[in-house]
Amino acid sequence: MIKAILIFNNHGKPRLIRFYQYFAEDMQQQIIRETFHLVSKRDDNVCNFLEGGSLIGGSDYKLIYRHYATLYFVFCVDSSESELGILDLIQVFVETLDKCFENVCELDLIFHMDKVHYILQEVVMGGMVLETNMNEIVAQVELQNRMEKSEVQVWASI
Amino acid sequence: MSDVVEKTLTALPGLFDSQTGAAKITNRLRQLIKSITELTSKHEEENLIKQELSAMKEQVSSPNTTMKQMREIMVRAMYCEMLGYDASFTYIHAIKLAQQGGLLEKRVGYLAVSLFLNEGHELLLLLVNTVLKDLQSTNLIEACMALTVVAQVFPKDMIPAVLPLVEDKLSHPKEIIRRKAVLALYKFYLIAPNQVQHIHAKFRKALCDKDPGVMTSSLHIYLQLIRESPDSYKDMTGSFVTILKQVVGGKLPLDFNYHSVPAPWLQIQLLRILSLLGKEDQSTSELMYEVLDESLRRAEMNHNITYAILYECVKAVYTIHPKAELLEKAARCIGNFVLSPKINLKYLGLKALTYVVQHDAKLALQHQMTIIECLDHSDFTIKRETLELLFRITNAQNVTVIVEKMLDFLRICNDEHTIIHLVGKVAELAEKFAPDNSWFIQTMNDVFSIGGDLLQQDVPNNFLRLLAEGSESKEEDDQLRLYAVDSYLTVLKGHTSHLPQCFLQVMSWVLGEYAHLQESVDQREVIRLLTQLLDQRSVSSETRVWILSALTKISEGQTDLILDLAESLSSSQDTVLRQQAQELRHLSQDSQLHEWALPRGAPWDGIEVDSSLSFLDGFVSEALAAGAAPYKPPHQRQEELCEDRALNLEPYGFSLPVSLSSCSITDRQSPTLLSVSSGLSGNSTELSQKAGSSTLILEGVKRVWGKDGYLPQKEATAPPVDEPSAAVQPPSQQEAAERIEPRPDPSTQNQDKQQLASSLFVGLGVGSSMSLLGKSEAPPLRFRKKPRPHESSSSSSGTSERSSDSSSRSSRNTTDSFLYSSLLEEEPAASISAFDHTPKSTTANGLAQNKDTKEDRRANTSQILGGDMVIVRPSTIQDKHPPSVSSDLTALLPADLKDLPHSDVISLTSDPSLSLSSCRLFRDEALLLVIFISNCTETVIKDVAVQLTCEELKTVSLRGSVGSVHSLSLGHCPQQTSSVRPLVVTTEEYGKLWLSLSHDVKQNLKLLTDAGDPLRTTLNALKDALQLHVVDIIGSEGIVACRLLSGAPCLLHCRVNGTALAMWLRSPHPALPDCILYHCQRALAHH
Repeated sequence: MIKAILIFNNHGKPRLIRFYQYFAEDMQQQIIRETFHLVSKRDDNVCNFLEGGSLIGGSDYKLIYRHYATLYFVFCVDSSESELGILDLIQVFVETLDKCFENVCELDLIFHMDKVHYILQEVVMGGMVLETNMNEIVAQVELQNRMEKSEVQVWASI
Repeated sequence: MSDVVEKTLTALPGLFDSQTGAAKITNRLRQLIKSITELTSKHEEENLIKQELSAMKEQVSSPNTTMKQMREIMVRAMYCEMLGYDASFTYIHAIKLAQQGGLLEKRVGYLAVSLFLNEGHELLLLLVNTVLKDLQSTNLIEACMALTVVAQVFPKDMIPAVLPLVEDKLSHPKEIIRRKAVLALYKFYLIAPNQVQHIHAKFRKALCDKDPGVMTSSLHIYLQLIRESPDSYKDMTGSFVTILKQVVGGKLPLDFNYHSVPAPWLQIQLLRILSLLGKEDQSTSELMYEVLDESLRRAEMNHNITYAILYECVKAVYTIHPKAELLEKAARCIGNFVLSPKINLKYLGLKALTYVVQHDAKLALQHQMTIIECLDHSDFTIKRETLELLFRITNAQNVTVIVEKMLDFLRICNDEHTIIHLVGKVAELAEKFAPDNSWFIQTMNDVFSIGGDLLQQDVPNNFLRLLAEGSESKEEDDQLRLYAVDSYLTVLKGHTSHLPQCFLQVMSWVLGEYAHLQESVDQREVIRLLTQLLDQRSVSSETRVWILSALTKISEGQTDLILDLAESLSSSQDTVLRQQAQELRHLSQDSQLHEWALPRGAPWDGIEVDSSLSFLDGFVSEALAAGAAPYKPPHQRQEELCEDRALNLEPYGFSLPVSLSSCSITDRQSPTLLSVSSGLSGNSTELSQKAGSSTLILEGVKRVWGKDGYLPQKEATAPPVDEPSAAVQPPSQQEAAERIEPRPDPSTQNQDKQQLASSLFVGLGVGSSMSLLGKSEAPPLRFRKKPRPHESSSSSSGTSERSSDSSSRSSRNTTDSFLYSSLLEEEPAASISAFDHTPKSTTANGLAQNKDTKEDRRANTSQILGGDMVIVRPSTIQDKHPPSVSSDLTALLPADLKDLPHSDVISLTSDPSLSLSSCRLFRDEALLLVIFISNCTETVIKDVAVQLTCEELKTVSLRGSVGSVHSLSLGHCPQQTSSVRPLVVTTEEYGKLWLSLSHDVKQNLKLLTDAGDPLRTTLNALKDALQLHVVDIIGSEGIVACRLLSGAPCLLHCRVNGTALAMWLRSPHPALPDCILYHCQRALAHH
C-alpha cells in the first residue's frame, strides 16, 4: 500500500499532497515537514530509500523519493511494495506529467494542482497502483480533458 | 521559492491578460498563489490566507455564485488545505458540487471530497446517494469517478449499499471500469473483509480476465488473501505459475512492456505471491522452480526495473523450499547487487543479504569486504542497513566488535526512530552474547545513556529482571550486581545532569537493592550520592520516586541523614513524594518495621502479596462503623454513571480505569508502572502506601514479562563459560589501536579492514577458510535465565518476526494448547502404555485414566509401562448379552464411577468383530476416559491385546487384535472443555476471590432470549455445556465460577446489557479467561 504521496520543492513548500491513510490536519503538516527535513539533507549521490520516519507507521514504512530539479517526489509506502518498482512508478508519473503539460515544471504543478491530482488518480487509486503504462494513463486523462474542452467551447460561444 | 518560479511569476500578469475567459476565472487562484510566493514570513502568509478564506466564505454563501466559480473556489480551498489551513466550511459545498454539478463540477467535487474528508467523516453519508447514482450511470467518466471515490474514501457502514453495483461492474465491457471495480472491492476487503466474502468466486473470474490490466489488479487481492492464509490458495499455484511463464515468455501485448521488460510490476506481484505459496511447502515449491529459473535467466541486467524483478526472484528462491541449483544462482545475483556501483542496488543487495543470512550465514562471508566498506559509507541508509545485517550474524565471538560499531553509529545518529530501533538491538545482543560482566554493564550503560528516554520500556525492565533473577549460581549473580553497583557509583560521582531519567531510575533501583553487597563503600556515601540527585532540577518527579524508594531500602541505621531528607521532602508539592518521605521517616525510626517491610536479600519468590488487602479489614470496618460510605471500585462507579445516562453506547467503557487499578493492586508488571499506581493513589491511601514502599519493585521484577522467546535456545546450548572467549580480544584491541593511529597508508588500511573483517565474521561459517579466528563451537551464552512457566503466553518483546509469528497463530490453537498444557502441567511426553490380558467373557472393558497430578503418577508407576501419563486399569465384566445400544454401556461402568457426571457414550469405530465406544467421566481431580470394547460376534474371544497410543493427548489411537491381528485406529480429540470443573463457592468467597485475581477479559456475548428469564436460561445453558457452577443470580447480574483440573479458578461475572450478555472473566492464569470465553461463545452459538 502507498500511504502518502508528497511533492514539495527544494524549500519544503508543498506542491501536491495526497494521503491514502487518514491523518489529522496538523499531523499531515508535521509529516510533510519531517519528510522534507529528512529528504532534503540527503545528497544526490545517496540511495533513494529512507527507512522509518517515526511519524508514518514506524519501521514497516519506507520513504522512496526522487529529486527532479526543483521538486522532490516522495512516496511513503509499506513493506508490501517493491522499492525499485515504486522508484520506477515515480518515473512513470513524472514522464506522464511531462507528456500532459509539455515540459512540465514546478509552475505547472502549482497552477494546475487539480489536473495533477486527476493524473495521479489514474496512476494510484486509494493507495494501490492502478496503472503503470504511460500511454494508458495519458489516454484516460485526455478523455477527461476532451469533455473540458467541449465545455470551454460552449462557454466561448455564449 | 526557487529562482525559476520567481522569474516566471514576474512574467505572469502579462500572460494572464492575453488569455481567454476560461483563464480569467482561475485568476483568483493565480493571484492567491502569486501573492503567497511574494511573501517573506509565515506570519504574512497566515494573514493573507485568512483574508482569502473569509472572502471564499462570503462567495460560497452568496446565491449568485455560479457553478464555475464554485469549481474555482474548490481548487483554492484545496490549495489552502494543502498549506495546512482549515477550510472546513467548503466541505459541504464540495459534496454539493459532486451531487448537483455537471461532469466538470462532479470531478472537482469528488476530488475535493476525497482530499478533505476521511472515512469516518459524517458528511460522507450525504455522498452515498450520489455515488449510487453515478455508479449506475451509463457515462463512462461518471462511473469511473464514482469508483475512484469509493476506493479512496467511503464509510464502512455504507459498503453494503454500493457493493452489488460495484460487483456488477466486474462484468462491465470496458476494462478500465473492471480494473477500478476490482481495486474498489479490494479496498472493501481491507476495511470490511467479511462483507466481500461471498464474491471470492468473482475474484477468480477477475484473475482470468482477458485484459491483463484487470488481472494485475486482482493480484492485489490475492497477495493479501494469500498472505492471510496461504493454505487455502495452494491449488492456485499452477495458475500463477502459468501466468508468470506467459509474462516472462513475452506473451503479453507489447503495450505492457516497460523499457522492453514485459509487465515488470505484474512480475513482481506474481513472484511475491509465489514465495508466499511456496514457503515451507516442498511440493508447491517444486511447481515453481522452473519459472523462477526462467525469470532469473531472462532478467538481463540493463535497467532498474529488471533489478526490481531479480530482487523479488532472489527473495522468492530463498523463501520457498530450497533447491541447490537455484540458490546458487540467487547467491550470484545477490553478489551482483552488493558489488554494484549503483547505490540503490547496493542497498537492496544488503537487504537481500540480511534476509538470506538467516538461511545461509556463509553468504555474508563472501561479501565481507563489501560489508566493511558499507559500514563506513557516507549514506545513512546504507550504514543502517549494514548494521541490521551485522545484527543478524552476531554471535558470541564477534559481539564486542559489532556492538562497538553499532554504538559508534548511534553516537552520531540523530534520528529518533533509528535510535530506538538500534538501541533495542544492542541491548538484545548484550544480553544474549555478553562475554563478561564488565562488558555487559558497560554496554548497558551506553545503551541507557544513548537511548535515554526514547528507549522502549522493556529494555530497562529486562535488564533489571536479569539482575534480580540472575542465573543458577548465586556467586556469579552477586559478581554481576557488584560490578553494576561499582559502575553506577562511578557514574554518579561524575556529571549527572545530562543523564536520561531512565538511566537514573535503573541506577537508583540497583543501588537501593544491591549497594549493601559492596562492603568497601560506605553506605553513607551511597545515600549522599542519591540525595544529590534529588536536589537536581533536571530530575523528573517519577525518577524522584525511584530514588526515594532506593533510599528507603538502604536507609537502615543512617537515621540522622535520612531524617533531614524526609523533613525537607515532607513539604514537597508532589503528594507521592510527600507520602514516601513520611514512610521513609517512619521506617528509619523503626528498624524492626524496616526489617519486616524490606527484608534484605530475601528471595524474590518468597514475597507474598496480600492482594485482597485483608490486613486493612479492621480499618475498613472501623471506618464503616464511623459512618463512612462503603468503597465502590472505580468500575462500579463508572457503571452507575453509565446507567444514569440515557444511552449507553459503549458496552464496557470502564475497561481502562479497571485495568489500571487492578494493575496497581496485584499486577504491577513493571517497575515503571509504579508511577501509574502512585498517580492513582490519590483516592485510596491504603493502596498507595503499599505501592509506595516495600512491594514496589520487588514485585515488579518478579512478574513475568519480556524475552521468554529466547529461553529454549539458551537452555539448549552448552553451560555458560565463565571467562570470555579469548579469541575475541586480540582483534578488538588491534582495531582500537588502529583508530588511534592518525592515517595509515592504503595498504595497511586494507589490512586493517581485513582484520576487522576477520573479527566481524568470526564464527560464521563452520570450517570456512575466511574466518581467521574461527572457532566453531557452540557460542558460550552468558546470561541464562531461569525457566519460567507459560512461556508462550508472555513474550512481549521478541523480535518482530517472533511477535508476528505468534500473532499469526490462530487464537483457537493457543487456547487449545493452553488447555492441554494446563491439564498435564508438564510438557506432555508421548507415552505408550500397553497391556495384555485374556478376558474370560465376551466384553472387554478397559479403563484408561488421565491423571494430572504428579503424586498420582508416582504412586501408580508400577502400572505404567511406557510413560508417565496413562494409567490403564483393565477390568472385565461378565455380560452374556453384548449391548447394542450405546447408552446401555454406561450401566457397565465400575461401581465407583457410576455416580460421576459423564458425557454421552460415543461410538468410536467398529468392524464386524469388534466395536469401540468411549465415554468421558468428570471426576473432581481428573478426567477419566472410559473405553468400551465389545465383541460383536457370537464366538468367544479368547485373547485380546489392546495397545493404546497417546501422543500429547491430541490423538488417541487404539488397536485391538483378536486372534489374527487387525487394527482399528481412530483419530479422536478429547474435548478441551473436559478439563473444566465447577467451582463451588459462596457469594462471599466469590467476592474475595474476585479481588485477588489479576487477569481479566471482558466481552459481550449473545443472550438466549427465547425463554422468560433470559439470564437464567443462558447461564444454565453454559452450565450444562461447560460444567460451570452458577453461584448466584441477583437481578440482572449473575456470578458463575469454575476451575481447571489443575486448580486454577476462573470467575465469571455476567450482566444483562440490553440484548447482550456482558461477561467479565477473571483468573490468576493469563490465558484462561480467553479460553473460557471462547468456549462460552461456542456453546451459546451452538445452542
